[in-house]
Amino acid sequence: MSTPILAPGSREGAALMETAVRGRSLWDDARRRLLRNGGAVGGMIMLALLVLVAVIGPHVVPFAYDQINKNDVWAPPLTAGHLLGADSLGRDLLARLLMGLRVSLAIGLIATLVSLVIGVAWGAVAGFVGGVVDEVMMRIVDVLYSLPFIFFVILLMVTFGSNIILIFIAIGAVEWLTMSRIVRGQTLSLKHKEFVEAARAAGLTQGSIIAKHIVPNLLGPVVVYVTLTIPAVILAESFLSFLGLGVQPPMASLGTLIAGGAQDMELAWWLLVFPSLTMVVTLMSFNFIGDGLRDAIDPKDR
Amino acid sequence: MLRFIGRRLLVAIPTLFLVVTLAFFMMRAAPGSPFDMDRKLSPEIEANVMAKYGMDKPLGAQYADYLTGVLHGDFGPSLKYKDKTVLQILQENYKVSLTLGLSAITLAGAIGVTLGVLAALKQNGWVDYGVMGVAIIGVCIPTFVTAPLLVLLFGSILQWLPNGGWNDGALANLVLPITVLALPQIAIISRLTRAGMIEVLQSNYVRTARAKGLPAHRVVFKHALRAAILPLVSYLGPACAGLLTGSLVVEKIFNLPGLGKFFVISALQRDYTVVMGMVIFYAALILFLNLVADLLYAVLDPRVRLS
Repeated sequence: MSTPILAPGSREGAALMETAVRGRSLWDDARRRLLRNGGAVGGMIMLALLVLVAVIGPHVVPFAYDQINKNDVWAPPLTAGHLLGADSLGRDLLARLLMGLRVSLAIGLIATLVSLVIGVAWGAVAGFVGGVVDEVMMRIVDVLYSLPFIFFVILLMVTFGSNIILIFIAIGAVEWLTMSRIVRGQTLSLKHKEFVEAARAAGLTQGSIIAKHIVPNLLGPVVVYVTLTIPAVILAESFLSFLGLGVQPPMASLGTLIAGGAQDMELAWWLLVFPSLTMVVTLMSFNFIGDGLRDAIDPKDR
Repeated sequence: MLRFIGRRLLVAIPTLFLVVTLAFFMMRAAPGSPFDMDRKLSPEIEANVMAKYGMDKPLGAQYADYLTGVLHGDFGPSLKYKDKTVLQILQENYKVSLTLGLSAITLAGAIGVTLGVLAALKQNGWVDYGVMGVAIIGVCIPTFVTAPLLVLLFGSILQWLPNGGWNDGALANLVLPITVLALPQIAIISRLTRAGMIEVLQSNYVRTARAKGLPAHRVVFKHALRAAILPLVSYLGPACAGLLTGSLVVEKIFNLPGLGKFFVISALQRDYTVVMGMVIFYAALILFLNLVADLLYAVLDPRVRLS
């Protein structure tokens, strides 16, 4: 956890300095609480391992994820050089699993980024401008909230065919709603703080107040929600892949691997069990980190 | 109260309108048509078929036709299943989904609340840690992982339960799908109940009830629980959405003839009218449940005044 970033070179004077000092100690406090939380630390270690394995793994495994080995069809784990066995085409499960993990993590990150950008911009503007603009913007969020979204994502995938960019956009576009609500709430409470008044008195435009003073101070709740959005996105992608609408073969994601494993489980349990385990461990790491962060940043909130 | 309901209905109308519009144009933007067969239709026949379903008109006119139909409760004929209207298909298939959804949410509510109350009463004891540990795992294991694993264990290896199929709703066929649907909900509900219960147990009126000398079970069930399960009521809407998405997976894995399975197949086959009918149905259902949740909340919590 890095220390917070407040607008550097504070030409806005003493008010900002004061917040900067107080903010720092708050974050130090949060970091201490986070590091005392066993679950969160475990989650972070696990996640670091997963990321490392996903980045390096595919280059270390002696098979390519799409390499077909006719002699190794249905090879059980620990046979024919396949640590986790092979599938119906003799493709090495470990290689595919590492690739799938990489794809799932990448989708989780990128789609969350999409949702982050939309959600923060939308919420900050609505909360800061207020009035009719706020009313209209939040009404739109309400309406979108009550749509059965997974069905629209399915429709999108069917309509435009599944390509990976579209998956990012579709899922990211679904996940920004809660983010925008959180950000709006925070912005509402921030905008009457002294340092914002000071910035306004100093003649800053609304846009630069939002960018320089509101957004950096939203960091806490946003970080918490991001760590909870990433697993939700990974889950959504896997869900689509499970229905055959996500990542297309021979490319793999955790979802496609589980879907394939579920079809072949009578013949080859390893194709289902190992991807499922990876999925669960990944989701758990994120959730533990998210819960820990929430407790650390806002100890009142359970 | 009436004004509140009225206002919510006023928001529901543009929402449903948006749903219909989005679904209509997304479906039409999709490449392919419901009349793509293995064998190419001759142009004359295709033109005839298109004319029969009004699809020879400009898109705007088709949209207007569809909206008028929907307003009169007519969702049109299915484009793939001859001689069936969308309403008939919905009627024939909703029972499976409804049975699964209702049983799952009832089961999850009963088990989740019980576990949550137990955990809160023994806060920081082994019961608490056990329940919360299971709850965290339950939240993290998606339905498309539990479903095949349970089928593998109870269906293929132990052979206690059938691997799938509806079999006229025989209990043995229902056990696994309902369990799979209920598990994540149990996890969430027990967490919500525990959190609510812990907060309420520390409140003044519960302390008063205890001080009056009421027996513990009366304090818990009559005074604390009623307030503690309030967060559950607002969870009703999201829970329903979760069950709907869950049922897509469950109906596929267990090969059950429900709406969820129908939806994906129809979307892939470009059966425009069926897909739109289902999207509207689901949207209306979610809107309705959210309204019910809000009303229930107001009835249960005297502090909330609807205006």
